[in-house]
Amino acid sequence: MERTQPARAGAGETHGEPATGRRAAKRRGGPPGEPRKLAYLYILPALLVFVLFIGWPLFRSATFSLYEWDGLGSSTWVGLSNYSAVFSDPALRGAFIHALVLIVFYAVVPVSLGLMLAATMMRAGRMRGLGVFRVLIFLPQVVPMVVVAIAWRQIYEPTGPLNSVLRAVGLDGLARPWLGDYTWALPAVGLVGTWVGTGLCFVLFLAGMAKIPRELYEAARLDGARARQEFFSITLPAVRGELAVALTLTIIAALKTFDLVYVMTSGGPGRQTAVPSFEVYRHAFLIGEVGTATALALVLTAIVFVVTVLVNRIGAERGQR
Amino acid sequence: MTISRTERLFSYAILVLFAAAALYPVLLILSTALSPDRIGDTGGLHFGNLADAWTQGRFGSYMRTSAIVAVLVVGLSALFSIMAGYAFGTMRFRGSEVIFYVILLGIMVPAEALVVALYFDLRSVGLTNTLVAIVMPQVAQSVAFGTFWMRAYFRSSSREVVEAARLDGAGHWRTLWRVLVPMGRPAITTMLVLIFMWTWNEFLIPLVMATSENLRTAPLGLAFFQGQYTAGTALLAAGATLVALPVVIVYLFLQRHFIRGMVEGAVK
Repeated sequence: MERTQPARAGAGETHGEPATGRRAAKRRGGPPGEPRKLAYLYILPALLVFVLFIGWPLFRSATFSLYEWDGLGSSTWVGLSNYSAVFSDPALRGAFIHALVLIVFYAVVPVSLGLMLAATMMRAGRMRGLGVFRVLIFLPQVVPMVVVAIAWRQIYEPTGPLNSVLRAVGLDGLARPWLGDYTWALPAVGLVGTWVGTGLCFVLFLAGMAKIPRELYEAARLDGARARQEFFSITLPAVRGELAVALTLTIIAALKTFDLVYVMTSGGPGRQTAVPSFEVYRHAFLIGEVGTATALALVLTAIVFVVTVLVNRIGAERGQR
Repeated sequence: MTISRTERLFSYAILVLFAAAALYPVLLILSTALSPDRIGDTGGLHFGNLADAWTQGRFGSYMRTSAIVAVLVVGLSALFSIMAGYAFGTMRFRGSEVIFYVILLGIMVPAEALVVALYFDLRSVGLTNTLVAIVMPQVAQSVAFGTFWMRAYFRSSSREVVEAARLDGAGHWRTLWRVLVPMGRPAITTMLVLIFMWTWNEFLIPLVMATSENLRTAPLGLAFFQGQYTAGTALLAAGATLVALPVVIVYLFLQRHFIRGMVEGAVK
């Protein structure tokens, strides 16, 4: 779970302003809800840290992105050429393509698995011990990513558990140093994303499906609906909202992958597992191209915004009942 | 709803499979952490590895830094978020909508877009490699979420209770801390738990801001530690266990809050 969870944006904005009691207006300061200058004092600390540590750095990033600077010496104005580099440099374009591959592993697979798993549980009705299973399956969401990375590095080791299992069942040909393999390193990292995201999707869908009236299913069964029909005509439409949330959270997680790549592969072998966030870090702090780094970071931010808005719009439109 | 015995068994089988898959990497680290470290060591559980990691691996120091950072970030963001949420949720003032939506946009800004500029600006005023540099950016991000979260709570809080408190002569400040905050314990606990987890697990911000070893947080210390050891060694796994332990313990005790926070916060 990440701190920056865009799915929260735009939610719950439908309440009207509560009616204010006129009776108490003569009290000291008036009731909350009355227009008052005091409110500015209450929001001041939040606003101050927000401006200083989000607003200002964002503006400075935009400024940096127009210069060529190695972080130490003097800087040169280069206009928008850092941005054109983001789209034309094969290495940077590669990072975005890798992010696309990761979206399949982080978002598409976990959402499908989570839907399947939750639907199975709902069909089974009241299952004893479901609460315990829910806690266990959600666990990967809370473990620090660095720890996750270390665990999976061990699994992928040349002599690690994965290769041992493959050799034990006679598939020696498939055994390989997964994270050092040009073809398999990226899917290997992606699979970890699947492991992390599936529990989140499962829990979200389980909560969504719990709100579906049982009578709908009973009526469908009286009509002779099969499990598959039930799923597509009742379950799936009912969890569209949760689907939008799950997709937003997991796609953003894929786009922002950093810790995993930093610890597991450092972008290698070659640049096979380089992703946008890692390239931002590498350009800013390892190879001294601050302008490129900030341009890349802002493009990434723009993509995050667009994905959030698009996915939520689709979810909201179809979610109308 | 009636379903067949086999279907129920099948459902349990799938649940067990997924739970096992979720647990396996965690248990692998735990078992490696407790395995014999040196050649010639006998079998059994070697809790000594944890002590070795704590002292030799310097994880004691990393965990202390992380604890300080977590207390500061959680404390400051909770205070600021409750205050701002109170204003946005119960008061009417000019510009409230616009300001709130700008803060809401802040939830979406990824740390990647902030740390680079922040690092160079803080460096020019000599603030990199300080607690301020590690704590404040995280406070800002948490406050963006917390304000949103607390506003939703204050909007749903009962008007009658607030009116009653006012009729008893309580001012706005007392109404907040004596009436609304105690009543909102569940919502506030959820917020605290989420911010704690994000802060404890945060990697990029301390990685960029902490340039000396004595300010390394636990995940950061672990990442540097693993650079020196091959995967699968007991000491590395012991360090990983220590780093994961606080969050996992909090999760096991307050799991309802973690899951509720995700589900409600996202869907509300």
